[in-house]
Amino acid sequence: MNKFNLNNSYKAVVIGGSAGSFQGVVKILSQLPKGFPLPIIMCLHRLKHVRNGFVEALSIKSVVQVTEPHDKENIKKGGVYLAPANYHMSVELGHTFALSTEEMINNSRPAIDITLGTCAYVYKDKLVGILLSGANKDGALGMKHIHERGGLTLVQEPTECMIDTMPKAALAVTKIDHVLKVDQIVEFLKELDKQYR
Amino acid sequence: MLDIDIADLKRISELIYQRYNYDFRNYAMSSFKRRVLRIMELKKLSVEALLKRLTDSPVFINEFLDELTVNVTEMFRDPSFWRVMREEIIPAIMLNHKQFKIWHAGCSSGEEVLSMCIMLKEMGILQDVTLIATDLDVNILERAKAATHPIKNMELNEKNYIRFQGTGNFRDYYKEENGMAVFNKDLMMNVSFRRHDLVLGDIFNKFDLVLCRNVMIYFNQALQNEVLKKFHDSLFKYGYLAIGSKESLIWCDYANRFIVVNNEEKIYKKIKD
Repeated sequence: MNKFNLNNSYKAVVIGGSAGSFQGVVKILSQLPKGFPLPIIMCLHRLKHVRNGFVEALSIKSVVQVTEPHDKENIKKGGVYLAPANYHMSVELGHTFALSTEEMINNSRPAIDITLGTCAYVYKDKLVGILLSGANKDGALGMKHIHERGGLTLVQEPTECMIDTMPKAALAVTKIDHVLKVDQIVEFLKELDKQYR
Repeated sequence: MLDIDIADLKRISELIYQRYNYDFRNYAMSSFKRRVLRIMELKKLSVEALLKRLTDSPVFINEFLDELTVNVTEMFRDPSFWRVMREEIIPAIMLNHKQFKIWHAGCSSGEEVLSMCIMLKEMGILQDVTLIATDLDVNILERAKAATHPIKNMELNEKNYIRFQGTGNFRDYYKEENGMAVFNKDLMMNVSFRRHDLVLGDIFNKFDLVLCRNVMIYFNQALQNEVLKKFHDSLFKYGYLAIGSKESLIWCDYANRFIVVNNEEKIYKKIKD
């Protein structure tokens, strides 16, 4: 059964989230199939001045060790990446990360719109974008970019979100392919994983 | 939605290089694209209009550079870095030299050099240190020289200073005038500001410590490699180089001429000429 009608053409998964997304991300990472074949690129709002601790907290239950990439680091299949504190995180055409200290966007650095937008540009229709709970509209424009370039868009079911501003903002500006609870997002990723076996 | 393709970005960097001798051809593409789009949006210009403006108006280039270069910074960014500076790096330099020289490469609006001066003053050695702060952008150098920053930035700067565990009272270093924090000019007595282009410029002095944090992230790897050679040649043997906390030099040709002194804060030491 292929409920989400997936195939094995995807090259990356990008996840954005803010207030109230931590538990969801932990759940997703802890139930990720072993050897999940795609890189997972995450931009989550976080305290600007706290460099340490977040990646460790996410890694405790995660199947894969989460890392904060250095500037110019190669994106590896199966790697799980988190945007570092106080840097914007972009993806470049050669499938490397690029960090920057530009102005905050939507009051955020890292800004989800930047990570999602550059992923959309690089991966085009080979991208899955997921936007979780959050208290501002960062990420909505990024989801629009993903949709416009042919990628698949998912948001967390707003009724399940601790704060639903973020997924609702995305739903208001672009077509969202699936509105899912975190458990269903996990199911989605498991089904995606099967396409590569 | 406003967009620009790589061919047009290349036309822009080529034009600026040919006509004004600024070389952005090896800048990291994602941020260069964002900066150019930002200018197009701000000035309401299409790609063709931007190219025409750059061709026709030599005055516009300064404005363009000012917007293109990233000038977002804060005082005592990464307080843990500054603690390592105060407790390990500066004392290590002073073991060998009572007087020494520091280069802030790509100093932008000057928050980092100002932080350095405050730290050196609190260490009681400000008078023994010569600081040179350089940037490509003449407008931003004027702002750095004035040591005057919006008062609204002081909340974050002071928080960083407290996390750095500065030994004074942050507010004693500036006076508030018309919504601006005007820093005490004596802090900058040993700082000289000069325009310098990291990409095309020559080596102009030798230093005990070079700070270039979060500048090379805007360059591609080929250019990072070139610039690291310049830093190497600008450092005395056993001099220190500090880069941004998420930058890395491991893929550069000259990386093996440095050792890592502090990996968390990305501080390197030159060990080979």
